[in-house]
Amino acid sequence: MADYSAEGKTPEVLFWVGCAGSFDARAQKVTKAFVKILNAAKVDFAILGNEESCTGDPARRAGNEFVFQMTALQNIEMLNMYKVKDIVTACPHCFNTLKNEYPALGGNYNVTHHTQYMNDLLKAGRLTIEGGEFKGKKITYHDSCYLGRVNGIYEAPRELIAALDGELVEMKRCKTNGLCCGAGGAQMFKEDEPGDKRINIERTEEILATGASIVAANCPFCITMLSDGMKAKEKQDDVMVHDLSELIVQAKGL
Amino acid sequence: MSIGQIIFTLVVVVAFSIAAKNYKKVYRNIRLGKDEDISGDEGKRWKNVLLIAFGQKKMFKRWIPAVLHLAIYVAFLFTQIELIEIFIDGFFGVHRFFAPFLGGLYTLIIGSIEVLSFLALIATVAFLSRRNLLKIPRFVKPEMGGWPKLDANLILFGELALVTGIFMMNGADVVLQQLDPAHYPSTGFLPISNIIGPMFFGDLGLNGLQFIERTGWWLHLITVLVFINYLPISKHLHIFLAFPNVWYSKLTSRGEMENMPDIMNEVKSMMGLIPEQEMDPNADFPEFGAKDIFGLSWKNIMDSYACTECGRCTDVCPANITGKKLSPRKVLMDIRDRATEIGNNLDTGAIKFLSEEGRAANEKLTADNYDDGKSLFDYISREEIHACTACNACVEACPVTINPLEPILKMRRYEVLTESAGPSDWLPMFTSIENSGAVWQVPDDRDKWAKDMSEEGNDS
Repeated sequence: MADYSAEGKTPEVLFWVGCAGSFDARAQKVTKAFVKILNAAKVDFAILGNEESCTGDPARRAGNEFVFQMTALQNIEMLNMYKVKDIVTACPHCFNTLKNEYPALGGNYNVTHHTQYMNDLLKAGRLTIEGGEFKGKKITYHDSCYLGRVNGIYEAPRELIAALDGELVEMKRCKTNGLCCGAGGAQMFKEDEPGDKRINIERTEEILATGASIVAANCPFCITMLSDGMKAKEKQDDVMVHDLSELIVQAKGL
Repeated sequence: MSIGQIIFTLVVVVAFSIAAKNYKKVYRNIRLGKDEDISGDEGKRWKNVLLIAFGQKKMFKRWIPAVLHLAIYVAFLFTQIELIEIFIDGFFGVHRFFAPFLGGLYTLIIGSIEVLSFLALIATVAFLSRRNLLKIPRFVKPEMGGWPKLDANLILFGELALVTGIFMMNGADVVLQQLDPAHYPSTGFLPISNIIGPMFFGDLGLNGLQFIERTGWWLHLITVLVFINYLPISKHLHIFLAFPNVWYSKLTSRGEMENMPDIMNEVKSMMGLIPEQEMDPNADFPEFGAKDIFGLSWKNIMDSYACTECGRCTDVCPANITGKKLSPRKVLMDIRDRATEIGNNLDTGAIKFLSEEGRAANEKLTADNYDDGKSLFDYISREEIHACTACNACVEACPVTINPLEPILKMRRYEVLTESAGPSDWLPMFTSIENSGAVWQVPDDRDKWAKDMSEEGNDS
């Protein structure tokens, strides 16, 4: 972004990578897959690099408003300095906080989740998805809470699965009733309270009940939780947990 | 004025006076919460009230209980017309005041009420057996023992009494219309009473019939008056509060947690974005979040009184499903019970509920100097609020748009901001965001992946 700014240019969109997308080995693969798609669609995008900070979602939901305000206000200062208007992100938590919580702090942007963005590219004809790779394969889709129930985005990701030619098999709890992976509300960063089982195991069992060989997800934390669930059930070789961008990259052979 | 009229008037006046006092208490308890301005976009609010409260839209996510509940609800609404007539008849000592005026329309109205009452009877029996025989998981959770269970059954028995009253009075009336048409104006053919009336009461003489008719009439009326007085101490208050509760429900995105302007401005002034805040050196450290119901908003407390303990929230809560202690319904019930406890204590005016400062200053007990040494944390444990994934499933599930997530997050705010407590696992995350701008402490650059990617690209 600094380079664009120095040259006096404005990118089409700012790709907000997020902490997981930047540092988590598994989520980095999603970041790279999405970048490949942006490149294939010839999208002129920028990243913030080290100028990006955590949006503050987990701190805020853990109750730490001070830490949230500190990181959020820094981000807003910087985004406003670069006069950023359009943001795309592959993390539904970043998406929600940027879209719904930054306005009250003085940050107003047009924020899109990457599943919406890819679907828009597809509809605009800038991105093509060649079928074949997933033809006849059973794919189930895990609605993340902050994309689905919180922001009401259920169709864009499903349209992408349709474009992949996969056979979408819904879980018993989907869309508004989708079951959390167990990571939200800053649970990702702490041990569970005592209980009968972990939430990701409950969700994994539901995935296995569909008989799908692929789980399409849209959130780095869901991917971690569901992959852990598959490992716990020793199904990691039978059921693949992927972000939608990764499936598109596979289909396109990028 | 006849003896009947005098008794009727006395009973009604006494019942309404006691009830008014108790409704005022509920209102006062709700107002113990913080002020929160909830207004604007009345079009959207009317739409919500019509669809969600009147239309019961969210109930229909589970259609079997929705249909049963709808039968009782519609019967309740329509029976109000008959209730108006009961009041007119009672005050003026007349019988079936509307019947001669309305003619065929009267038959239609009372006939509809009968059909609806019959459906409500079936639904009530179904609800009773569902609660007591089928042991549906959401009705046998730990918070549902004791009073909540009894409360639910009492309401259903009350409904049985209401319907029984209607059929006794209409059934006997139909037979009386044949025997004494001068005093009993024709109601036309009533679909239930014209069958059960002659069947059950056909053999009775004039006196017996009059006794059954009056007993049914008084049974219905007394049950209504008992209900009106019972509602303020019962979960059944939802029949009134569902409507304002839906009206006042949040219209902004679910994804937005309430901003804390005090902290925002403090941080802004630290960052030099706004002039330094004037700090009163003598001021106490402010209390953030909610330690007790005083730290919640009035809407959070209204939510708790609007809750009818159906447990749809708990049924979809990922923490509860996997055996954690958290139950969104219990959180709401605890808030209500705590608000009620504080309200009742305030009514005593006892010095033992005064804070030390209040005692020192010889003040009268008010909500502002209240301190009974307890807090909401004595009702809702930390283990419960820590288990929440903020997934909003409970918010989505509630048929009357209660938000159980808000108070949970407000209690977390109290714990972390005011007490500097909370799960120790979270500390590294907080420090890491504060120091390095990432949720994890990582030595790499934030765009290392991009460099890796271009290297990978060069390799291929």
